[in-house]
Amino acid sequence: MSDPVIQIRGLSVAYGNQLAVRDVSVDIPARQITAIIGPSGCGKTTLLRSMSRLIELVEGVRVWGQVLFHGQNIYDPRVDVTEIRKRIGLLAQRPFTLPMSIYENVAYGPHLHGLRKRKALDAIVEKELRAAGLWDEVKDRLHAPASALSVGQQQRLCLARGLAVEPEVLLCDEVTSALDPISGQRIEARLLELKTDYTIVLVTHVLRQARRLADYVIFMYMGELIEHGPANQVFHDPQEAKTRAYLKGEFY
Amino acid sequence: MGKHLEERFFLALMIASLAIVTGSLVFILTTVVVKGLPALNLAMVTQVPKGGYYLGKEGGILNAITGSLALAGGATLLSLALSLPVVLYLQLFARDSRFVYLVRLSLDVLWGIPSIVYGAFGFTLLLFLGLRASLLGGIMALAFLELPILVRAMEEVMIMVPFELKEASYALGATRLETALRVVVRQTLPGLLTALLLAFGRGIGDAASVLFTAGYTDRLPTSLLRPVASLPLAVFFQLGTPVPEVRERAYASALILTVIILVISLGTRLLARRFTRHVVR
Amino acid sequence: MRRMRFRRLQDQFAGHLMAALTVFAASLVLLIAVALLMRARPLLDIKPLGQLLTSSDWRPLHGEFGFLPFIAGTLWVTGLAMVLAVPPCLLCAIYLAEYAPRRLRETVKPLVDLLAGIPSVVYGLWGTLTVVPIIRDVITPWAGKRLDFIPLLHAGNPTGYGVLAGGIVLAVMTFPVIISVTEEVIRAVPDGLREAALALGATRWQMVKGVVLRRSLPGVIAAIVLGFSRAFGETMAVMMVVGNVAQIPRSLFDAAYPLPALIANNYGEMMSIPLYDAALLAAALVLLLVVLVFTLAARAILLRAVRRAV
Repeated sequence: MSDPVIQIRGLSVAYGNQLAVRDVSVDIPARQITAIIGPSGCGKTTLLRSMSRLIELVEGVRVWGQVLFHGQNIYDPRVDVTEIRKRIGLLAQRPFTLPMSIYENVAYGPHLHGLRKRKALDAIVEKELRAAGLWDEVKDRLHAPASALSVGQQQRLCLARGLAVEPEVLLCDEVTSALDPISGQRIEARLLELKTDYTIVLVTHVLRQARRLADYVIFMYMGELIEHGPANQVFHDPQEAKTRAYLKGEFY
Repeated sequence: MGKHLEERFFLALMIASLAIVTGSLVFILTTVVVKGLPALNLAMVTQVPKGGYYLGKEGGILNAITGSLALAGGATLLSLALSLPVVLYLQLFARDSRFVYLVRLSLDVLWGIPSIVYGAFGFTLLLFLGLRASLLGGIMALAFLELPILVRAMEEVMIMVPFELKEASYALGATRLETALRVVVRQTLPGLLTALLLAFGRGIGDAASVLFTAGYTDRLPTSLLRPVASLPLAVFFQLGTPVPEVRERAYASALILTVIILVISLGTRLLARRFTRHVVR
Repeated sequence: MRRMRFRRLQDQFAGHLMAALTVFAASLVLLIAVALLMRARPLLDIKPLGQLLTSSDWRPLHGEFGFLPFIAGTLWVTGLAMVLAVPPCLLCAIYLAEYAPRRLRETVKPLVDLLAGIPSVVYGLWGTLTVVPIIRDVITPWAGKRLDFIPLLHAGNPTGYGVLAGGIVLAVMTFPVIISVTEEVIRAVPDGLREAALALGATRWQMVKGVVLRRSLPGVIAAIVLGFSRAFGETMAVMMVVGNVAQIPRSLFDAAYPLPALIANNYGEMMSIPLYDAALLAAALVLLLVVLVFTLAARAILLRAVRRAV
């Protein structure tokens, strides 16, 4: 197993007095696709969003423990949260394009982080739209509103937007569940390509998707980490009874 | 069957009530048009009062029209400068929900304060600052009056911004300020413009708050520190004279004011449909 | 890295600035109250507020500032406006929420909003041009002949300017507030309740009366309180039709002089009379306090109603 990019240590997350994630410790390997699986309400999305402190946007949330990114705890008050979020990107369940043109959507991030040169922005926009497999479809209407794209195209635009700030990690939250099968396949193909350069963490409730994509698997149940390991091992030789039951489809 | 008779009786009452409510609107508008139209002429909207105007001689109310536009425009801008930060703060920055509750409560009270009280307060403020009734004074009083209207209208739009949209911006490493100005404001732009128009309409029609704070003059507004005329007061003062010709001009002034309000109201409705180019739904 | 620091500082600075502006906006009510109180102090130091409110002796030149005639005038006009406005508003709101087809509702609601947008001087103008003449030429003579034996309807004022005119104009002005709030609370009643009533064989009106209105009663009360509060402080329109005679009205046809009209007519002009200015700002303070109490009451009722509806 390659070096871990993110190390989670004793992480617990509570909404009000409801514990959503309970004392989780796990390492996320670099340049692989890690799938977090488990029945709905098991805390997978919460775990995912704790990895770039997006969880803090939820009102009344409390976090204990550490998330180490290259050895540094991102919950350290001295850490600049915007820097963390630049380096750990998110692709959400439903594509939410920003209220601007296709071009501006992709350029938004780099522009925020100080890139003002038109030429350089143009280059980034083209590069990331290509990487997201959207370039050929939109190259003639880059300045059209992003909201005019189809949902599948919007999701790929969100991917391009996320890649444009050059993150190392990409957090993917059920990224194909709002898409039609064809668009879903396209996104999956992109993710497989991207894993040579990026560390990808994928939350999914579709087991077959996890089997198709994952190199490493984390199984959560009721806020607890039950089992984790290389995909082959977890899928073919699960150690825990709960994992076995879940994989057999005894509960969702 | 008693209950069916009762049903019909109350249905009739309800329809009668609807007729009363819509009828009074029609009644008011036709009164203003029927009385105002004959008195309206080009001079009314292109000239300022000339010598002997208030005895029925020549002139118009261009002073009041431009004055009102300046008052309401200035007040809306000033109020925007105060209310937009407040709304963005409540929506994106504030963490203490008790504080937010108190702010909303206070703004609700502000919303109910009669405009005459804003006028009295504005005048007190002018005395305190050593100023007299002026365009600036009127703008201040109206800006306070418009503040709760603007905050409420803008908050209503901003509450509709999907959480995920803000999250998408934060996820790219944007700060709260950047998310506020580049995403939230842009997303809600049509709604914000509608709110501004609404506040502008409220400001241009209000008389009691500018009565002591803006004064009245026959000249066009040129300086922030000089008194300024306004349409509502033009109606009020001209109606109070015994000269029939001048009273007629009060009707015409009311017609102009009403038309402005109608145009704004229509514009608000159109705006709600347009400008939705980039809006994410 | 430097840019990162700059952005963070910018964000923090903006946050503090916005917080400061928010605190300012929130304390504006207090600021207004304190300013009015300070300027009313010279009078309040001599005469306590309670005495001012209950005295009907209004002789500014002699230093007598009894507010009772004005308060009575305000209450008469506002009370009459409520009596006239509440029944049609409730019926109209019920119709819009429960009976009207969607298209009709969507046509009427903008009209009601428009009614709310009409400037108060235009209402005043309408009142002087139509309501006052009708009262003067038709209602007063008729009432003088037929109803004069009822004390409250004694037609002693032939001008047409008076409580009745003020009440009618003010009633129309409060239509939009009462209708829109009432309609909203009625529509917040869950459909399940309606179905339950209808399933028991109730007619629509029985369902409205027995279930919907009972459920939304607090909200309806809040709507009326808000309408009252709005009417209480209304100045220009009332002032233009109510006659402005400093007396306690004895009949619907008498002239009245409501508190806001008193302020509007005299403030800034009678400053040479000692304490006049303080008296008028005390009047403004009274208006502010009344509105404050009513707004808070309406809010409390609405909040409870919403909590119950969930």
